[in-house]
Amino acid sequence: MASITLDNLGKVYAGNVRAVTDVNIDIKDGEMIVLVGPSGCGKSTLLRMVAGLETITEGTLKIGDRVVNHLEPAERDIAMVFQNYALYPHMTVYNNLAYGLKNRGIAKPEIDRRVKEAAEMLQIGQFLDRKPRQLSGGQRQRVAMGRALVREPAAFLFDEPLSNLDAKLRVQMRVEIRQLQKRLGTTSLYVTHDQLEALTMADRLVVLNGGRIEQIGTPMELYSRPETVFVAGFIGSPAMNMLPSDYLRGQVAAEALAHVPAKADFIGIRPEDMALGPVQEGALALSGRLLLLEPAGAESHLHLRFEGMSDTVVVRLPHVPDVAEGSMLNFSVPRDKLHPFDRESGKRLA
Amino acid sequence: MVENNRWGNFFAHLVLILGVAIVIFPVYVAIVASTHPPGTFIRGVMPLLPGPNALENYKTVITEGRSRAGTPPIGGMLWNSFVMAMAITIGKLSISLLSAFAIVYFRFPFRIFFFWIIFLTLMLPVEVRIVPTFQVVADLGMLNSFAGLSIPLIASATATFLFRQFFMTVPEELMEAARVDGAGPMKFFKDILLPLSITNIAALFVIMFIYGWNQYLWPLLITTDPEYYTIVMGIQRMVTGGDSEPLWHLVMATVVLAALPPILVILFMQRLFVKGLTETEK
Repeated sequence: MASITLDNLGKVYAGNVRAVTDVNIDIKDGEMIVLVGPSGCGKSTLLRMVAGLETITEGTLKIGDRVVNHLEPAERDIAMVFQNYALYPHMTVYNNLAYGLKNRGIAKPEIDRRVKEAAEMLQIGQFLDRKPRQLSGGQRQRVAMGRALVREPAAFLFDEPLSNLDAKLRVQMRVEIRQLQKRLGTTSLYVTHDQLEALTMADRLVVLNGGRIEQIGTPMELYSRPETVFVAGFIGSPAMNMLPSDYLRGQVAAEALAHVPAKADFIGIRPEDMALGPVQEGALALSGRLLLLEPAGAESHLHLRFEGMSDTVVVRLPHVPDVAEGSMLNFSVPRDKLHPFDRESGKRLA
Repeated sequence: MVENNRWGNFFAHLVLILGVAIVIFPVYVAIVASTHPPGTFIRGVMPLLPGPNALENYKTVITEGRSRAGTPPIGGMLWNSFVMAMAITIGKLSISLLSAFAIVYFRFPFRIFFFWIIFLTLMLPVEVRIVPTFQVVADLGMLNSFAGLSIPLIASATATFLFRQFFMTVPEELMEAARVDGAGPMKFFKDILLPLSITNIAALFVIMFIYGWNQYLWPLLITTDPEYYTIVMGIQRMVTGGDSEPLWHLVMATVVLAALPPILVILFMQRLFVKGLTETEK
C-alpha cells in the first residue's frame, strides 16, 4: 500500500516522437485512478511507464517515498493485469499465480496459502489444476486478477483488463474489480478507453488527450463541469451538443444568455438537459425538426436538425415520447446547464 | 467435400497404393537380400523371397564386421553415428535457440546485420565449404575425433530462422508479465519460452537427427581411423573395400540396421510432437 506520485512525467521515443508530456498526478494511498482517453492518447504508455515496462525519459516517478525511475518492474512492488491476460499457457492456474512468488523466493507454504486465498476470493478454486486454455474468457480474467492479488503489491496496474470480454461479463467484472479494490484498499491505476467504465470505477478520473492531461477530478466533477471542449465531448454518451453561440444568440432573448461570457464561441448542452415541451420559467427555448427517434428501452435518443445549424443535435429523454419523425419539437434548457467554451484554447470560460 | 464416387475412391486408392509400393519396394529388397547366403547375388538376379541366412548374416555384421576389408563390427559404427547425430542435433538446437532468443528479445548494435549474416549461411551447405572446413579442422587437430565429426556441422541458420519466426509469434505481454513477476531474461527463456517451443524443438530434433545421421561426405573425409567410422560411410567402405565382389548380403544387413535408428527417433518423437501440439497453446 502506497501513494504514487507522477511528477512532470514525460516520454519521448527515439526519433523525437513525443508520447507523454508533463503529467502530474498525485495518487493517494488506496485511491483508484482511471486514465481515460481515445486510442493513441498515451494512456497505456503512461501506465507502462509506471509499471517499468517503458523507460521514463522526463520527470520523476515515486511509489511511496522511493523514486523508482530506474527500477525493474519486479522491484517496484506493483502488479499488472494485462489486456490479453498474458497468462503462461503451459502452466496450470496454480503455477500461474505462484510463479511470481516463487521468483521472489517466498517459502512454499506461504505461496500455497496466498494462492488458495486469492483463488477463494476470486472463486477460481476449482480451476487451480487447469491450463489457461481450458478456461473461459471471464475465468482467465479472474486468473489474471489473481496473479496480481497474490503479490500483495503496493499498487495494481490495469491495462484495459475488460476490453476482451463480452458486454454482460464486462459489467459484472467491473463491479467485482471495484469491490475487490475497495475491500483491499490497494492503490490502483486503471487504463480504459471506455468512458462508462471510467465514470463508474474511478475515485478520480484523468482524461488524457495527445499525451497531455486535459482534466483531473472526480467523475461527477468532470461530468458536470468539463474544463475543456475535449473532456465535454469525451465524457458522457451521447456526447455533449456543441452549439455555436452566434446561433444561440439569434434564437433566444439576450437576457437568457446574460450569464454567458460574451467571448464564448461554443455553448455545450448535455443531451439530457434538454426537456421536451413548453418552456419553463427562465429557461431557454429551442426548437428543431426530428430526424430520427432511437428508442432504447428505459430512455430514447432524439436526433434533431436545428434550423440554421449544420450539426445535428441529440436529445436524451428518460422515456420514449409519442412523436412523429419529421415533426417540429420544442425544448427547454435550464440556464445553469450551459457550458460556454472558447474556440481557440478549447477551454471553459465560466 | 468429395462426393462418394466409387470409381473416384478406387482411383485414389490405386494411386496411393502405387506410391507406397514404389517407396516400399527397395526397402523390401534390402530386407530380403539381407537374408540370403553369399552366393545368391553372383548370378546378378535379385531374389524376391526371403532366404535362410538371416540370423547368420546379422550375427556376422554385428560381431565381426568385415575385418579383411577394414570395416569394424557394426556396433561401434552405429554408436559413432549416434554420438555424431546427437551432438549435431543438441548443438544445433541449443545454439539456434539462444541466437534466436538474442535476436528477437534483445536490442544490440548490428542486430539485423547479424541476423542477415546467419540467414546468408543458409546458402552455403556443407559441400560448398567442405575444403576450407577440412583445412580448419585438420589444423585444429580434430581429424579422427567426435569434435571434428560434429562441430563443423552444428551452426544452423535454418533452426535459428525457424525459432526466430516462432518467438516473434509469442505475445510480448508474456515477456512483460514475466518481467513483472520478477523473471530475468534467462529465467524467462527457461521457464516460459522453452516450454512453449517444445513442439518446434521436437520437430527440429527429428529433422536434425536424421540430417546428422545421414552425413556421408564429411565423415568420409575426416576419418581415417576405423574407431571413428560412422555407419553411413561404413556401408560405402563395405561395398568398395577389399578385392573380392561386394558381399551384398552383409551390406544389406548393415543398411537395414543403419535405417533403424532414424525410424525409431521418428516414432518416439512423433508422440511427443503430437502431445505437444495438443497441450500447448500460444
